[in-house]
Amino acid sequence: MSDYWSDVINGTRSLVIGMNITVRELFKPVITEQYPHFVPVMTPRFRGHIELIGNEETGLPNCVVCGMCQRACPSSCITVAGEKPEGSKKKVLTKYILDFTKCSLCGSCVESCNFNAIKFSHDYNLASTRKEDYIFDLVKRLEEQS
Amino acid sequence: MTVPIQCTPDETFVLNLGPQHPATHGVLRVKLTMDGEYVVKAEPVLGYIHRMHEKMAESGTFAQFMPNTPRMDYLSALSYNQGYVMAVERAAGIEVPERAEYIRTITVELNRISSHLLWFGAFVLDLGGFTPLLYAFDDREKILDLLERITGSRLTYCYYRFGGVYNDIDDEFIAGTREFIKRLRSRLPSMYHDLVTGNIILIKRLRDIGFVTQETCRKYGATGPVLRGSGVQYDVRKNEPYSVYPELDFDIPCYPEGDSMARYMVRMDEITQSLRIIEQALDKLPEGPVNAKVPKVLKPGAGDCYCAVEAARGTFGCRLVCDGGKNPYRLKLRSPTFSNLSLFGEVAEGMILADALAFMGSLDLVIPCIDR
Ligand code: SF4
Ligand code: SF4
Repeated sequence: MSDYWSDVINGTRSLVIGMNITVRELFKPVITEQYPHFVPVMTPRFRGHIELIGNEETGLPNCVVCGMCQRACPSSCITVAGEKPEGSKKKVLTKYILDFTKCSLCGSCVESCNFNAIKFSHDYNLASTRKEDYIFDLVKRLEEQS
Repeated sequence: MTVPIQCTPDETFVLNLGPQHPATHGVLRVKLTMDGEYVVKAEPVLGYIHRMHEKMAESGTFAQFMPNTPRMDYLSALSYNQGYVMAVERAAGIEVPERAEYIRTITVELNRISSHLLWFGAFVLDLGGFTPLLYAFDDREKILDLLERITGSRLTYCYYRFGGVYNDIDDEFIAGTREFIKRLRSRLPSMYHDLVTGNIILIKRLRDIGFVTQETCRKYGATGPVLRGSGVQYDVRKNEPYSVYPELDFDIPCYPEGDSMARYMVRMDEITQSLRIIEQALDKLPEGPVNAKVPKVLKPGAGDCYCAVEAARGTFGCRLVCDGGKNPYRLKLRSPTFSNLSLFGEVAEGMILADALAFMGSLDLVIPCIDR
């Protein structure tokens, strides 16, 4: 019988404590972010999908088509291709395709690049139902950006 | 005329728990043989999320396996990251600068707190209490924001590199961490202990239920809070110290009861201890580089080494065999959750179904960590 009454007392105590905290929290400001009414700003180090960096003067990609990023990627998402225009020593980037369906946003590609040619974008609104939406042509993207 | 259904008293039936069940928190299937409400036999069925991590390690370079490690246990990703990085560093004989070790300790302990907070919320949710989950997530969100600022991701962090860390921490992170320590310290007594730990329903659901003896732990190799909740004071951070843990002052919480309540208390106390560790590490944080000079293509000499770390769920071990090439020859990953789950079948026998689920919650299972 004494067990019963101690349970009742403890139960009432738990209830009062619980209600106390609930009421206190009720008058605190809302902590959730009201997406999509408010759009969060990504931090500078946020790792989105990669994109090409354009040369500051010419706007052309910094990439020299060395293929390091392609070899570094653990999931083989990157395809680069380039050609040597006649009379020029350097290769020019013609194709940079990122297959984002396989990308794990690990950043190996960015770290392996020695020419400051790729960076993480801050895009995160990428939901889609079609696979083609995730095959990014980064050369085209850079042209559109500039 | 209706014929009454013939029912023998010892008749049992099979109940499938999962693979899609909210209480298993992932794709775990448990085949339960039930006698009414009582569990006669519990048989975990694994393999629904097997991804061949060990094989993937063999087919890529050392660095290419790095992004896999956080995907094993997505809740305490940094511990796994650290375990693998340490194994490779040991194999290749790389010295890590002191500042990097301190940064690793700070971030990995933050990650441990966030993992325990999520477990706390989900566990109480399993028992039927919804509100504490939201309070725990409020605090956890702060950790995620802090870690996102420096690592670039919110859950599957891949922040450590062979010989250091990806990039240095800044003053804003240090200030934010100090503020978070203050905040969680002030909230722990009321929001967590008064509201949940002292709650009569929680006590009645957890106390004297789900006994795990030391013998059972030894038999199945259980580690982490499960082992410490059975009264064995074993923690890799103290028993085989690594990184800068020997220089920091902290206790290993340990409860001898062995019931679900003991495991609950161990984790709650670990949050307090982790806060202590972070505070000391921030005070002692030395200046200096955060990366050692490491060749771009790593080729450790032939050999065999093992490295263990204390992850949020127990001992995570990496055994790395190298043959002098660019790829690991063999990488064996010892995950704590697999051993912790293994004892479920034995202990759950004879429990009421609702208690068995509460017991399962107290083991803190993360399914991708079981299957790897
Ligand atoms: S982030 Fe990682 S997975 Fe994605 S493209 Fe770069 S290297 Fe490949
Ligand atoms: S992006 Fe960088 S690493 Fe990749 S091909 Fe271009 S220059 Fe080489």
